[in-house]
Amino acid sequence: MPVNYIPRRFSVIRDKDLCINCGCCVRQCSNECHCFAGDGKTVLSRSDECVACHRCVDLCPTGALRIEKYVCDYRENANWTPQYQQQICRQAETGGVLLSGMGTPKPYPVYWDKILLNASQVTNPSIDPLREPMEIRTILGRKPEKLTVEKKGKSTVDMPPQVILETPIMFSAMSFGSISLNAQKSLAMAAKELGTLFNVGEGGLHPELEPFTDRAIVQVASGRFGVHSDYLNNSRFVEIKIGQGAKPGIGGHLPGEKVSVEVSDARMIPEGSDAISPAPHHDIYSIEDLRQLIWAIKQATGNKKPVSVKIAAVHNVAAIVSGCARAGADIVAIDGFRGGTGAAPERIRDNVGIPIELALAAADQRLRDEGIRSRISLVAAGSFRCSADIVKAIALGADACYCASAPLIAMGCHMCRTCNTGKCNWGIATQRPELTKRLNPDIMYKRVVNLINAWNHEIKEIMGGMGINSVDSLRGNRLMLRGIGLNEKELEILGIKHAGE
Amino acid sequence: MSIVAGIRGYAEVNDEIKAEFLSKAKVTVTDVNGQRYLGNALDGGKTLEIYGTAGNDLAFCLNGGRVVIHGHGQDAVGNTMGGGEIIIHGHAGDALGYGMRDGQIYVRDNVCCRGGIHMKEFRSMKPVLVIGTNAGSFLGEYMAGGTIVLLGLNLKRGEKLFGTHCASGMHGGKIFVRGSFPRENLSPNIKAVSLNDDDRKELDSYIRKYCRCFDADYDEIMKKTFMKLIPETSRPYANLYTAD
Repeated sequence: MPVNYIPRRFSVIRDKDLCINCGCCVRQCSNECHCFAGDGKTVLSRSDECVACHRCVDLCPTGALRIEKYVCDYRENANWTPQYQQQICRQAETGGVLLSGMGTPKPYPVYWDKILLNASQVTNPSIDPLREPMEIRTILGRKPEKLTVEKKGKSTVDMPPQVILETPIMFSAMSFGSISLNAQKSLAMAAKELGTLFNVGEGGLHPELEPFTDRAIVQVASGRFGVHSDYLNNSRFVEIKIGQGAKPGIGGHLPGEKVSVEVSDARMIPEGSDAISPAPHHDIYSIEDLRQLIWAIKQATGNKKPVSVKIAAVHNVAAIVSGCARAGADIVAIDGFRGGTGAAPERIRDNVGIPIELALAAADQRLRDEGIRSRISLVAAGSFRCSADIVKAIALGADACYCASAPLIAMGCHMCRTCNTGKCNWGIATQRPELTKRLNPDIMYKRVVNLINAWNHEIKEIMGGMGINSVDSLRGNRLMLRGIGLNEKELEILGIKHAGE
Repeated sequence: MSIVAGIRGYAEVNDEIKAEFLSKAKVTVTDVNGQRYLGNALDGGKTLEIYGTAGNDLAFCLNGGRVVIHGHGQDAVGNTMGGGEIIIHGHAGDALGYGMRDGQIYVRDNVCCRGGIHMKEFRSMKPVLVIGTNAGSFLGEYMAGGTIVLLGLNLKRGEKLFGTHCASGMHGGKIFVRGSFPRENLSPNIKAVSLNDDDRKELDSYIRKYCRCFDADYDEIMKKTFMKLIPETSRPYANLYTAD
């Protein structure tokens, strides 16, 4: 037997007193951690392939299962941690680039947790959102330099196309291929009910999602999968994908084994063929070239669709956002490095890019300094865990936020970070029919709607506490923010004062 | 009556073209001087004739229409083309037919870098790109489907049929090359094989069409042997990753 140099990660603990040997866990685990013993009746567990997705735990009718971290100590070493040793063994065996799913798990600073919000006391009244109107409607799109009105008060300005959202929260790009059609459909249905948008990612639009095109953001990525003139015209807006926070400078690669008949229909490529979207668009080598593609899309859609440019948050993000604005983008989405992904080379995910908080603050400030902030809407992305994160992002200058991991968690995701294996037991990041059918869009969309409605209400509560009754008054309102435990430079970049100041 | 582009901006010219197409099936634009996006998203049954030099992103997202250029094309001709036909009586710039999924492009002369990049096919959609003279570097990069034909007509002494890194990352489709070609410029995953009967039949139709379009000598073209460039494997990056 070959030596396995890597101990298992988890132990599946089965309480024999509670287990009724019903076999539910055997049927549920695509990693084959549970099986029947030779007698065909007794259920046993093997922990080797367990990823701690909790599917068996959550579905066990008697609560007999528990997942534990498998502890196997190495000799203590703060530098050569077990993780690095294990990864070296894995690469020594396969010669492969380490691949993982979801956002980086590394303990980088989360600035949301180092920013505190303000509330009114005495000097101006706070507002109770249960009693008084509270506006969180968000309008995205290029705003005109100035308004002119005729005598009766009607605007005489040619208004660029605008997108009205009933919440500042949108669902970020996740392609059909990276997630299942049922997961995408759940997001589409939720977006429709919530009056917001979902983003089809770079994998084209599946015919079954056509009823939701007025709620769809469609992406144009370097591989141009599924992009054609009807795809552009049947959308709420078009997004040029330049980069993704989880893997800046790296493209997308959907391996052939995930390109099922259905996925091939949406991407418009043959079944089983690799779908490669390299990092560069080969018609974009400069801001001038970006302008060319933006206006090509505007021409092909009769100037009726706003065009968004999605970039990863990298070192010179502020200058790049300014360039995008000048190139004619109506919306710029900045994706921070904690953002999720269906698959990313781990070294890229864990080491490249910068946090969304700093990128957003820097970009917003740069646009204001240059007097072009109103030319674009800024959308922030890259890990929003709760409504307070979103309020802080808006106060730092975001017009709206892209969320993806949170709605996936609402649908069952347990952040086991093995999306790339295509064996998602929750039917989200998989194309296997026996797994995708576990996710019922009619039930799951409701959970996503509940989540966003709850966040919407929390946002209103927080705004009310500040004495603000419209999200427009919160936007870029950094006086509502104070840093806690941040150094001078961090405060300067975030453009906020320290708590107590 | 034709539209005169002159030195007017592309938006104005394209608006006029689109207005004309509301009532006509064929529109002619003359004195074109690099105006971009001509013929973008042009639907089937419509023909745009262009005299002069068409600007970048000519026939972007072409949707079944026909675009004929009596002159040269610049960069990204037929960008993300979904169907139709582009005939260029001259040469074309970089990234010709980027991501094209269906339809045909015929270029009388040469093309620059990254011709046919990301060409792909889907069911009955099979894009075709025929180039009269030669192509620059990275021809057929990431090519996932469709057919490129490289005729090598009127090559001057020392000129090669294609530049370096030909078919880099190619994992589908085929490239037909005529006469001698710089084997050293082929990417590692690419092999040259002889044509089979189906290939010859398919190729013949493209060459006949090229001759019709540009008044070329069919017999002269057929005097030289053709070879077919295809990827060794359709999954060149299959073993790149290991799950952590």
